[in-house]
Amino acid sequence: MFSIGIVQAAYIAAAVLFILSLGGLSGQESAKRAVWYGITGMALAVVATVFGPGVGNWFVIALMLAGGAVLGWYVAKTVEMTEMPQLVAALHSFVGLAAVFIGYNAYIEMARVGGMDEAARAALDGFAAIVAHKTPVELNILRVELFLGVFIGAVTFTGSVIAFGKLAGKVDGKAKKLPGGHLLNAGAAIGSLVLLAMFMNGAGAWSLIAMTLLAFFIGYHLIMGIGGADMPVVVSMLNSYSGWAAAAIGFSLGNDLLIVTGALVGSSGAILSYIMCKAMNRSFISVILGGFGGTTGPAMEVEGEQVAIDAAGVADALNEADSIIIVPGYGMAVAQAQIAVSELTSMLRGRGKNVRFAIHPVAGRLPGHMNVLLAEAKVPYDIVLEMDEINEDFPDTDVVIVIGSNDIVNPAAQDDPNSPIAGMPVLEVWKAKQVFVSKRGQGTGYSGIENPLFYKENTRMYYGDAKKSMEELLHLIRM
Amino acid sequence: MKIGAPKEIFEGESRVAMTPDSALQLQKLGHTCFIEAGAGHAAGFEDQAYEKAGVTVVATAPELFAAVDFVVKVRPPTETEMKRLGAGQTLISFFYPAQNAEMLETAKATGANVIAMDMVPRISRAQKMDALSSMANISGYRAVIEAGNNFGRFFTGQVTAAGKVPPAKVLIVGAGVAGLAAIGTSTALGAITYAFDVRPEVAEQIESMGAEFVYLDFEESQTDGAATGGYAAPSSPEFREAQLKKFRELAPDMDIVITTALIPGRDAPKLWLADMVAAMKRGSVVVDLAAERGGNCDLTVKDEKVVTENGVTVVGYTDFPSRMAAQASQLYATNIRHMMTDLTPAKDGVVNHNMEDDVIRGATVAHQGAITYPPPPPKIAAIAAQKPKEKVKEPTPEERRAAEHAAFKKATRTQVGLLALGTLIMLAVGSVAPVSFMSHFVVFALSCFVGFQVIWNVSHSLHTPLMAVTNAISGIVILGALLQVGSGNWIVVILAALSVLIATVNIVGGFLVTRRMLAMFQKS
Repeated sequence: MFSIGIVQAAYIAAAVLFILSLGGLSGQESAKRAVWYGITGMALAVVATVFGPGVGNWFVIALMLAGGAVLGWYVAKTVEMTEMPQLVAALHSFVGLAAVFIGYNAYIEMARVGGMDEAARAALDGFAAIVAHKTPVELNILRVELFLGVFIGAVTFTGSVIAFGKLAGKVDGKAKKLPGGHLLNAGAAIGSLVLLAMFMNGAGAWSLIAMTLLAFFIGYHLIMGIGGADMPVVVSMLNSYSGWAAAAIGFSLGNDLLIVTGALVGSSGAILSYIMCKAMNRSFISVILGGFGGTTGPAMEVEGEQVAIDAAGVADALNEADSIIIVPGYGMAVAQAQIAVSELTSMLRGRGKNVRFAIHPVAGRLPGHMNVLLAEAKVPYDIVLEMDEINEDFPDTDVVIVIGSNDIVNPAAQDDPNSPIAGMPVLEVWKAKQVFVSKRGQGTGYSGIENPLFYKENTRMYYGDAKKSMEELLHLIRM
Repeated sequence: MKIGAPKEIFEGESRVAMTPDSALQLQKLGHTCFIEAGAGHAAGFEDQAYEKAGVTVVATAPELFAAVDFVVKVRPPTETEMKRLGAGQTLISFFYPAQNAEMLETAKATGANVIAMDMVPRISRAQKMDALSSMANISGYRAVIEAGNNFGRFFTGQVTAAGKVPPAKVLIVGAGVAGLAAIGTSTALGAITYAFDVRPEVAEQIESMGAEFVYLDFEESQTDGAATGGYAAPSSPEFREAQLKKFRELAPDMDIVITTALIPGRDAPKLWLADMVAAMKRGSVVVDLAAERGGNCDLTVKDEKVVTENGVTVVGYTDFPSRMAAQASQLYATNIRHMMTDLTPAKDGVVNHNMEDDVIRGATVAHQGAITYPPPPPKIAAIAAQKPKEKVKEPTPEERRAAEHAAFKKATRTQVGLLALGTLIMLAVGSVAPVSFMSHFVVFALSCFVGFQVIWNVSHSLHTPLMAVTNAISGIVILGALLQVGSGNWIVVILAALSVLIATVNIVGGFLVTRRMLAMFQKS
């Protein structure tokens, strides 16, 4: 059995390890070490807590830990890399739900301790003992904290469930709102505030439960109203929420490690959301409110025609090219084309061609989604470059292959001030000598905006399923 | 339909309009193919090869003309050939309808259809049948090879044990398809290549091929190439003077000059005058690709190679594509095959001569006893008009410093502002909250700060692993549940136990999946 001092020391070590763990993600090599920091930190924290003062029911703990570990292990082993966004969203929902439960527990304990006499209070240990020693002001603060924890947890829970559904294709990916739109959300938020006031003034468990239901609704409705391509922002936002929920729980339990970790996760998610929004040149608010903002005038007329090309034509161009840049998008993930793309890459590299990948920050449905998919397919990470690193190289590039991306290569963002995506940083693929666009068919991207790239003189459309198209290319080039 | 290619009867013409390869493709469209015996011989395609490809070999031209619905040829038809065609038959070949008015009349009289390969509109969709471009490409290549053949030195510079060899200097005048092909060949051989064109917008293309664009300091608003279907427009006398002056400057330096300047339907402009040839070094070569239309060079003699008094060779051949008959036939036959593909949209061997189609309408010069030349302008604009490029002014060092200074000031102001605001909020909270809360709040604020500092350094490519790791460590809520699970209240125990379970899933799943992802990232 550890003393309070040892437990606190372990918490400090764990907090430092968590910070090192996040800091280590600055590079691919140090990241491999960083995970171990995280794992060690977590193990320290859990062991110290379990064997610390005031913890009972070890049998239940052992059972739950074992069960959770097996489930977690199974999920991590079986998940496909293309399913990463769904998995991340699902895990967020767990944190949210756990936060709701723990908040409820805190309330129940508080009520239980409140009903005890002095002698019984002195005999308490663990969390109940902490509650027992609180002054009335501190108890009030505790109420606010646990109310907040439950609120954020509940929003995170339903929000993540919906995000999971959308990413997994179980819920329609289109932005959908109930009549009343964001007024409903605002109403629910105000309702929660009112309930908070009532809760503080002694209204019982019902106000907490009512608020939870309202928060569930907000999470559901908020994410339902956001469309597919904005998912990177949504997922990082939910990541942030799950952190804040943990921090709020940390406050109510008076546990500093929870606060530290929650704050780290919360700020991490917030920064990711900010980066994603910046990459789309949109404000966080406009993403959350869903849909694209109003335009100031008619969009530029697109002239010309989309010219199709067959696999042989693309293969010829690739055989002749010296420098090639591949721009993958969500379409590559959907078609599971990354393995074929990787094989194509290694074959072309084997022939001495300079093949690189250009990744737009919001390509895919999760920050860094494309990087993970390409890494899975064994594309070396030093040829996978981000937008700012590679955008200047397009004019010197012979062939660009765009696989399943649309808005992130739309020249209208630069040329047409009336375009809904005007000002969004895009990959300037049209500056290359030749552009091949692998696409399922004629049609606009997520934003529904016509893409003038497809009509450019140096663009050829390579229609078909991305995976089949790439395999066909592979076959032709191998000959 | 039956498609047949006769032997070219034009003196010295080696090309053929159908190759065994193209015949195979034509048969896939549902057509049957015929060829006159020996038609492909000069281009290296023997009759056996055609037979192998399923082509019927016909002994004489009259038999072939009588047997087929479509006659495909390279050179414009002679009077005899034209008369052999009857109503319902179609000829596909180069035709030059503007210079061939009598032949058009013959077609009108006999009722034969004529599709002129030189009239294919210059739009993206029709590029695959643009025989002028594919032939010009060959001419450009061959021009460099001919020049090399007549040039007594290396193209590329070398430092050898036997002494230093300077690289050859090549000037290409006119950067159309032929010019660009010549630039490509010349740079590939290692020569220092210069190129000139009256259309300033092609400078980019020239430089992309590895040549240096010869700039002309002349203030004149050049007609955009887009207005003339991608061809150059005639230039003003003043411009011409400036141009010639530039050439005079360059002439003594150049070892090889290849002129390709042609404007459709006009005589070739004289650009390389006698005095420039005289200024060139002994042993230099001029290849004139415009010889057919009078030549760009004063001294060009059509179809001949002449050596001037000062030892400069002037090549005026007009049959460059025919000199590479195998390659030229292959490309030309493919152009024809693409034309047939457009004419047989259903791929069932039934030709639909669709006069509504821009490309087919544009190329058809005689149809069912009527002359359909010149065609109406195509419905789609051929080439998008180039937008004038705005010049971005380079900021001066002072301006740049001022801008940097302003940005620095602004950043300082926002940072100080945020700090002040943060401090105020802290003070406000601190004035009401008890000590125990404040101590936690300090931890919280510092952690947020540390988090912001650390996360900015995370590499973009590791954002997904970052999410998975933060996911795993946000499973830290398990501590709360662990502390509560020992409670005396059974509801608390159940809820806490459930929380432990799902938080563990989170922790284990998150860390394992992160490890799996990171293990995949590998260096090349």
